[in-house]
Amino acid sequence: MSFEAARQQATKEWKELQSGAVPLVYIGTATCGRSAGALRLLDAVRAELDKRKAAAQIVEVGCLGMCYAEPLVTVRKPNGTAVCYGNVTKDRAAEFVENCIVGDKPPADLVLGSIGEKSVPGVPDLFSIPALRPQVRRILRNCGSIDATNMNHYLAHGGYTGFARALQAGREKVIAELRDSGLRGRGGAGFPTWRKWQFCIDAKGDRKYIICNADEGDPGAFMNRSLLEGDPHVVLEGLLIAGFTIGASEGYIYCRAEYPLALERLRTAFGQMEKYGLLGDNILDSGFSFHVKIKEGAGAFVCGEETALIASIEGKRGMPRPRPPFPAVSGLWGKPTVINNVETLASVALILQNGAAWYAQAGTEKSRGTKTFALAGKVKCTGLIEVPFGIKLRDVVYGIGGGILNDKEFKAVQTGGPSGGCLPAAWLESPVDYESLAAAGSIVGSGGMVVMDEDNCMVDVARYFLDFTQKESCGECVPCRLGTKQMLDILKDITAGKGRPGDIELLLELAEGIKRGSLCGLGQTAPNPVLTTVKYFRSEYEAHIHEKKCPARVCKPLIHYRILTDKCKGCGLCLKNCPATAITGENKKIHVVDQSKCVKCGVCLEKCPRKFSAVECVPGAALQ
Amino acid sequence: MDRMTLSIDGQIVAAEKGVTVLEAALENGIYVPNLCYHSDLKPVGVCRLCIVEIKGRGLAPACMTPAEEGMVVKTETSDIRNIRRTAAELLILNHHADCLSCTKNTKCRLQEVANYLGIDEKRLKRLRTPQRNLAIDSSNPFFDRDMNRCILCGICIRTCDNINGAGAIDFVFRGYNTTVGTFQDKPLLESNCESCGECLVRCPVGALSPKTSQVPAREVKTVCPYCGCGCSIYLGVRGDKVVSSRGDAEGPANHGRLCVKGRFGIEFVNHAERLTSPLIRKDGQFVKASWDEALNLVATKLAGYKGDQFAAVSSAKCTNEDNYVFQKFARALMGTNNIDHCARL
Repeated sequence: MSFEAARQQATKEWKELQSGAVPLVYIGTATCGRSAGALRLLDAVRAELDKRKAAAQIVEVGCLGMCYAEPLVTVRKPNGTAVCYGNVTKDRAAEFVENCIVGDKPPADLVLGSIGEKSVPGVPDLFSIPALRPQVRRILRNCGSIDATNMNHYLAHGGYTGFARALQAGREKVIAELRDSGLRGRGGAGFPTWRKWQFCIDAKGDRKYIICNADEGDPGAFMNRSLLEGDPHVVLEGLLIAGFTIGASEGYIYCRAEYPLALERLRTAFGQMEKYGLLGDNILDSGFSFHVKIKEGAGAFVCGEETALIASIEGKRGMPRPRPPFPAVSGLWGKPTVINNVETLASVALILQNGAAWYAQAGTEKSRGTKTFALAGKVKCTGLIEVPFGIKLRDVVYGIGGGILNDKEFKAVQTGGPSGGCLPAAWLESPVDYESLAAAGSIVGSGGMVVMDEDNCMVDVARYFLDFTQKESCGECVPCRLGTKQMLDILKDITAGKGRPGDIELLLELAEGIKRGSLCGLGQTAPNPVLTTVKYFRSEYEAHIHEKKCPARVCKPLIHYRILTDKCKGCGLCLKNCPATAITGENKKIHVVDQSKCVKCGVCLEKCPRKFSAVECVPGAALQ
Repeated sequence: MDRMTLSIDGQIVAAEKGVTVLEAALENGIYVPNLCYHSDLKPVGVCRLCIVEIKGRGLAPACMTPAEEGMVVKTETSDIRNIRRTAAELLILNHHADCLSCTKNTKCRLQEVANYLGIDEKRLKRLRTPQRNLAIDSSNPFFDRDMNRCILCGICIRTCDNINGAGAIDFVFRGYNTTVGTFQDKPLLESNCESCGECLVRCPVGALSPKTSQVPAREVKTVCPYCGCGCSIYLGVRGDKVVSSRGDAEGPANHGRLCVKGRFGIEFVNHAERLTSPLIRKDGQFVKASWDEALNLVATKLAGYKGDQFAAVSSAKCTNEDNYVFQKFARALMGTNNIDHCARL
C-alpha cells in the first residue's frame, strides 16, 4: 500500500470511529493516569458495561495534561457531543457508566468541559476553562485524544506528511524551513536547531548519527514521558526528518529505563513504522534508509548532558567531556552526531507538517513556538501544560495553575528544574522565554516549573536542590564535585542554625567559581537556585544566620512550638498525641511544651482543635 | 617539523603543530597550574586548573585546546585566579594534609599548585572541613591506595586503560562519593589489577604509594634481569643495597614502563634466603662449596651421559650470551637438541 493510500485508509477509519453508533470512551492510561488509578477504572468501566450489556467502544489514550483531575475520561456520544470528565475514580465507575456513558445526567463534580464543535448545554468548552484557555496545544495536540498504539490515528491527523514533504523538498529546504521557524532546542540551552543540524551536515564523516534525548531527569518533569506515551509517532517523525536531513542512517533514542510505558510505546511504534515502510531500508522508495535503536538509561541525571549521554551509549560511564569538539563534529563513536530533545523533534515534525510561518505565529521574536512545562508545586491545578513563549508567568501560575493552593501567598516559582532559579512575585509579569528567564537568573531548561508559597523556606529550597545536583554530579570535575558539596554543607549549616556571618558572601563566591569553572552544564547551572534565592530572598538567609530564625517556619532547629496560655482550654489532645511526651498539663488546665523534649513534629499544632487554635509555630529557637 | 607561533601572556612563543595550549606553554617555560594532565595520556580537562583565556573564545582548559597559529592566550586574569583558587582550595580541603609522612612530599603536584596559587589558611577556615576518613586499601602486596589523598584526576584510570590495557579501575559512585574503584569496588588484589605500578609512578599526589621503596642514595642504570624483554631500568642503591627500581624513559624496549617483576620484584637480591654460593649435598645435608668444587662435581657427573640421556633447561634471568654458550654446550658437547628455556612460555 502506498503512503497516500495508507493515509486515506487511516483517515477513513478515524472518521468511522468518530461516527460510530455506540458511545466512544477515551480513558487516559498514560503513567500519570495509571498512578491515579486509570487501569482500575478501565476494568471497572468494562465490567459495568458488561453487566449492563451496554455497548461502548473504549479507547486508551495518553495524557491530556490535567494531572490535578486524573483519572480523565472523555465520552463521545453518537450524536457528536463529547464531554471530558475528571476525577473519575474506580469507586464511581458504576455511576459514571450509568450517567455519562449510557445516560445523559453527568454529575456536575465530574464534568470538566465539552470537546469539539457541538456544544453541550450547561457544560463549558473544555479548552475555554481557566486551566486550558491560555494554552496553545500543538506538540500535545494528539495527547489524550488518540490511541498511541494505533499508528492509523496518527496518520489520520496529518502524521508523517511532514516527513513525506521533507523527502520531496530535500535537505536544504528542510534546513531553510527550520531556520524560518525559529525553532530552538527544547532540551534547555535553546540553541537554534537548524544551525546544529547544519554543523553536522558540514562535518566530514562516513557515518552520522541522530540521537533523541529522552533522558528527562529533572525531578518533577514529565513532559517528554507524556509525549512519548501519548503520541510517540510525532517524535519518531521528527527523528526521521532529522536523520534524512543530516544524512544519518542510524538513530538512537536514549530513554530512561524508569519510563517502561514510553519504551513500550516506542517499540510498538517501530513495528508499525516498519510495516508501513517508514523504517528500514529504502524508505518510501526514496533511497533513504534509517534504522533506530533504543538505549535505556540507568537513571543518571548527568546523562541528559549530551557528551555524557554519548559516553553512556558507547558503554562507558556517563561522564561529560569538554566541548569543543561538539558532537555535531565528533559525537557518537567519534562520528558527527546531532542530539535533539524529544520535544524539539516533535516540533520539527509539526513545522514540516504545517510550515514555518504557521509555527512562528506563536511565541516571541527570539523564542518562537510553544513549550511544554510540567507545572507542579503549590498551585491548584498541576499538570502538563503547553504555552506559547511570551506568556506571562502570572498567567501560568494564576491562570493555568488556578492560583496558589489554599489561597496562600505566592512566594516564588522555580523554572528549569534543579538547576533553574527561583523567581519572586516581581517576576510574575515577566514573559516566559529564553532571554527573559536568563535575565532573571533562571533558565527555561527542559521545562520544570515548581511554584512555592509562603510556607516554603527559600534557604531550605536551595538546600534541597543543591542536595540533588550534588548527588547527581558525575564527580569528574573539581568545582562541581567538591564545590556543590561545600555549598550544600554551608546550606545545611544555615538551615540547622549553624550559619556563620560571611556565609552568604562565601556562597556567592563559591557559586561564581563553580559556574565559571565547571566542565559541563550540570555544574555550570547547579548554583542557580542559591544565587537566585540569595538575590531575591536574602532577608531569609540573614534571618537564619543572624537571628537564628526560619521565617517560613520550615527549618526545625530554627522554630519552636508553643501553647498560647490565653487560648488553651486544656482539652489534652496535644498531650495525648505528642510522640515525644514533651507536653505536660492537666485536664482543663493550660498545657505547656517542654522545649528540651520537643522534636518539632508539629503534631500538637495539627491536633489542637481549630476552634481553639492554641498551638502556634514560631520562628526562632525557644528561650530555655 | 611544522612550527607555529602564538602569544602567551604577551610572549611570542613557538610550538610544534598539534600540541595543546598547555603543552605550548610548558615547553616554553611558562607554568600553568595543572593536575590531571600527563604527557603520556590523552587530556580530559577535569581539574579545571589550567583554564586560560583565549582571545575571541573566552575561558578554556589549556590541556584540551589545540594551540593555533596566531592564538592569543592569557594564563593569568582575576577571573582565572578566582576559578583556580576555588578549585585548589576545595582540593586541599578534601586532601589529608599530612605532607611530612607522605611519600610524595616535595614531589607532590598539589603542593606545587598550592605553592603557585598561594593558599591562605584564613580563607580555608571559612569553608566547611569535611570529616571523612576513608579506609586505605593495602590489599596489593606492593603498593597502598589511600583515597584520602586522592584528587580524582583520573590519571591512574587512564593509565590502566590506555597504557597497561588492564582496565582494572574506573570512577565509581556519584557526586561527592565519587571515587576510583575496581569492579564491584572490591580490594585491588581481587580485581584484574596486574600490579604493574604504572599508575603509581604517574599519580601526581600520594594516593598511591609503594610499600617498601626507599629514596636511593644513588642510581645505577642497568637491564632488568627478569625476562628476555630487556627493559632498561635504574636501580636505586643505598650503601650496598638495592632499594628501588624505576623504568628508564630512554630505554628502547620499555620507554620507561615496567611490569610487576621489574618494578617490585628486584629486591629479592636482598632476601636473607637467597643463595649466594653453590651448595653440595653431603650426607643428606647441603654444604657450602666453592665454584670450582661445584663445577668439577657437575662436570664429572655429566661425563657419564650423552645424547638423549641429557636435556638442558635454561633461564631468562641469564644473559643472552650465557644462554648462547649453554645451548652450544648442549648441542656440541652433550650431543643433544633437548634444549628449553623458561621464556618460551
